[in-house]
Amino acid sequence: MEPLALYIHWPFCLAKCPYCDFNSHVRAEVPQARFRAALIRELEWEAARLGRRSLRSIFFGGGTPSLMEPETVGALIAEARRLFVPADDLEITLEANPTSIEAGRFGGYRDAGVNRVSIGVQSLDEEALRMLGRQHSAPQAIAALEIGRRIFPRLSFDLIYARPGQTEAAWRAELRRALDLAADHLSLYQLTIEPGTAFEALHRRGDIVLPDEDTAAILYEATAEEAGRFGLAPYEISNYAKPGSESRHNLAYWQYGDYAGIGPGAHGRLSFPAASGDRLVATRRHRAPEIWAERVEASGHGSGADVEVTTEERAREMLLMGLRLTAGIPARRFETRTGLALADAVDPRTLAMAIEAGYLVITDDRLIATAEGRLRLDALLGALVR
Amino acid sequence: MTDTPLSHIRNFSIIAHIDHGKSTLADRLIQATGGLTAREMTEQVLDTMELEKERGITIKAQTVRLSYTAKDGETYALNLMDTPGHVDFAYEVSRSLAACEGSLLVVDASQGVEAQTLANVYQAIEANHEIVPILNKIDLPAAEPDRVREQIEDVIGIDASDAVMISAKTGLNIEGVLEALVTRLPPPKGDPNAPLKALLVDSWYDPYLGVIILVRIKDGKLRRGQKIRMMAKGAVHTVDQVGFFRPKMEPVEELGPGEIGYINAAIKTVADCDVGDTITDDRRPAAEALPGFKPSIPVVWCGLFPVDADDFEKLRDSLGKLRLNDASFHYEAESSAALGFGFRCGFLGLLHLEIIQERLSREFDLDLIATAPSVVYRIYDTKGQMTELHNPADMPDPMAIDRIEEPWIKATIMVPDDHLGSVLTLCNERRGQQQDLTYVGTRAMAVYKLPLNEVVFDFYDRLKSTTRGYASFDYQMDSYAESDLVRISILVNQDPVDALSFIAHRSAAEARGRAICAKLKDLIPKQLFKIAIQAAIGGRIIARETIGALSKDVTAKCYGGDISRKRKLLEKQKEGKKRMRQFGKVEIPQSAFLAALKIDA
Repeated sequence: MEPLALYIHWPFCLAKCPYCDFNSHVRAEVPQARFRAALIRELEWEAARLGRRSLRSIFFGGGTPSLMEPETVGALIAEARRLFVPADDLEITLEANPTSIEAGRFGGYRDAGVNRVSIGVQSLDEEALRMLGRQHSAPQAIAALEIGRRIFPRLSFDLIYARPGQTEAAWRAELRRALDLAADHLSLYQLTIEPGTAFEALHRRGDIVLPDEDTAAILYEATAEEAGRFGLAPYEISNYAKPGSESRHNLAYWQYGDYAGIGPGAHGRLSFPAASGDRLVATRRHRAPEIWAERVEASGHGSGADVEVTTEERAREMLLMGLRLTAGIPARRFETRTGLALADAVDPRTLAMAIEAGYLVITDDRLIATAEGRLRLDALLGALVR
Repeated sequence: MTDTPLSHIRNFSIIAHIDHGKSTLADRLIQATGGLTAREMTEQVLDTMELEKERGITIKAQTVRLSYTAKDGETYALNLMDTPGHVDFAYEVSRSLAACEGSLLVVDASQGVEAQTLANVYQAIEANHEIVPILNKIDLPAAEPDRVREQIEDVIGIDASDAVMISAKTGLNIEGVLEALVTRLPPPKGDPNAPLKALLVDSWYDPYLGVIILVRIKDGKLRRGQKIRMMAKGAVHTVDQVGFFRPKMEPVEELGPGEIGYINAAIKTVADCDVGDTITDDRRPAAEALPGFKPSIPVVWCGLFPVDADDFEKLRDSLGKLRLNDASFHYEAESSAALGFGFRCGFLGLLHLEIIQERLSREFDLDLIATAPSVVYRIYDTKGQMTELHNPADMPDPMAIDRIEEPWIKATIMVPDDHLGSVLTLCNERRGQQQDLTYVGTRAMAVYKLPLNEVVFDFYDRLKSTTRGYASFDYQMDSYAESDLVRISILVNQDPVDALSFIAHRSAAEARGRAICAKLKDLIPKQLFKIAIQAAIGGRIIARETIGALSKDVTAKCYGGDISRKRKLLEKQKEGKKRMRQFGKVEIPQSAFLAALKIDA
């Protein structure tokens, strides 16, 4: 049986960021006890059908999970440990915002069992933080990083770059300051305009102009260069880590492993062994927090119907996730996981052209997108996937 | 029953350049003779214009019968035949003119004679018309009636000393026009007792009544219930209804000699009613047909392909419906490696082509790609056999060709002399041969022989832009002549794109090949792989451009919650790509096709 990665979604935020399209909801008052109970109940319901699998990671995402009371986090971790077989090196990550109040809870989270924190710094530039609608200042972010590094054995933080008007020199300078503060992991995202966000409206009106494609490429390459100099290597499109410090939880997504998603709007991919028909299903919870909670209270879960993922769909999903990794996709694992040989899942002509153009390589029985290929992955997938 | 004696009938058409006031004058004439009340006037004229727009395809002849009591106290039947004004429909114009004895030549007193006017007035003179010059818009401050009168005499060579001075807009001196019609135009001739001879002037399809035929009776009588025969076509029909347009349809028992009216004989398609055919009595046929009949022949061809391949049947259906009402355009199924299934369509000219395309998109809601218009080439093989070539893609191997002939036109261009230089340059660039160059005041009239091939290729647009819209242009088909022509193929990543190939004179081939490659480079967005665009004559590459690969295209964030959405996006993209024009791994957007096909060297 596939080991399990467990995702727990806390959907509440103090404010909605204008670039964010995640399932987040601003509430004046969050009923902690109610959502704690509902999350535990849904976790039990999910575990009942999964059985006592090996648990490789837990990830508290959001929303803003650093708005959870440490007791809530502790209760969920304890319940997950009880229901599954925790790996010796079980990775437990919590996403946090770098306000002083939240940093004040870091000790509580560590005591609850969290051993990795991922902090939404986003920028070290005050003006950029305002533009991004963040609730914290750069000194607060730096303070939170320092507290986090003292408290947690592992720490990552996020930055958003390729912002409107950002020059290569300015970004390199900002990134160097960030690298000085970095621990073992960084997520460095280029700003993307997502549908339904406040930024989308501004973008459509021309009030936000993103760097052009060539500038974005230059910024991307500069990022890898700077991070590499500090010993952080890219292992995914936007993720950089010291060797061995990659996010085990996120690797489960990119390696197309099993993951259970608990909480409003959470997604999952769950496989069931041959005895249960060798199925792989996509699960999804109701997005609206209160409706989700009502359903859990009524029937033990806030899930809609599971959707069977077909062989072809598995192949597409595994390609689109796996080629994001610098390690690429192992052909054997691809075939056992999707039921389709890698060679049958890609368009042979595109494959040949992409290899010739230096976008893809085949080594050690792996299909790997090169740095050049990863830079153009969306277009590459569009042509490659059958 | 019509018992108007021949002496009390006048049949006339109006010749005018666009915007010189033909429609306004027609409206005034209808109004002045009480054809319609003031209230009906607006409604009716609007309807008529809508109809005109709807039938715009051949820009059908319109007719109206006016009753006018002249100063001599007699009442006359005045039949106004509104003819199409464009050269594409020259044959239709000539048939309309053949149905009349005279023409009003309407000239804008502030603008003067234009090229289009000229071509039509010469046709009217050829049809032995009595021409009555009308100077319109004399109320305008810029009107120069004396200068324009002089110009009419100089350019056209008719006496304009008693030109009727009017303002159609204000209604000034409409009476003068009506009197001139009565006193200056000759009455028609004809023998009511001779076997029926009627000219088929035009026909159109009415969804309720079937085909309506517009006729001019030369001899004999045309009655309800009569069995008629189309002399060229040979078809026999029974007449259901005869009548006049006033402008509303008004049935009568019979039409006599000199009359213009309509018949309706349960005919299903206008393809059975060739313009210019002679209608006679089936039981008592005329010995010989009226002169001048010729079937309409398309001179410009292009491929029409649905943007969405699923629309092919809808396109077939729509073309069929259009042809119900326009027998002059032709279509046959065609398939292209680049564009899929579509139709090769033949037109009377460029305007006709534009009208049909416009109607297909507007009335039938079809998104179309039109390939570059091609003229009809005559290919002589080494055995002396001639074939007509409508499609550059069908050009045989040059080794099998002895010679190629292309059609030439005779073009008349009128332009203020400060723009003459650029017009002459344009004509020379397009292999023009000057036939004549004359001046009237500050306006020059250049007559050129030009290959039609060079005119379908963006000539109008260049003429317009180079003269800031001051030039007017008209042409007639002239003759075929041997020419050094080559086919230029466009290759995308070494694959030829059949729909982009075109035929050009060898002297222009390289420049055009380079221009189209450069344009495609601008229009095709960067893609995953770099793209080579080449123009070639046979195996020889004459131009080349490279589009570099796109530099970055990747989603920044993709986690567990994003997989389903990203996968669906990918699937949707793939579905969308089926509709794109794919060449190997290259996608060419519609806009690139459209613009490349319009390219100017």
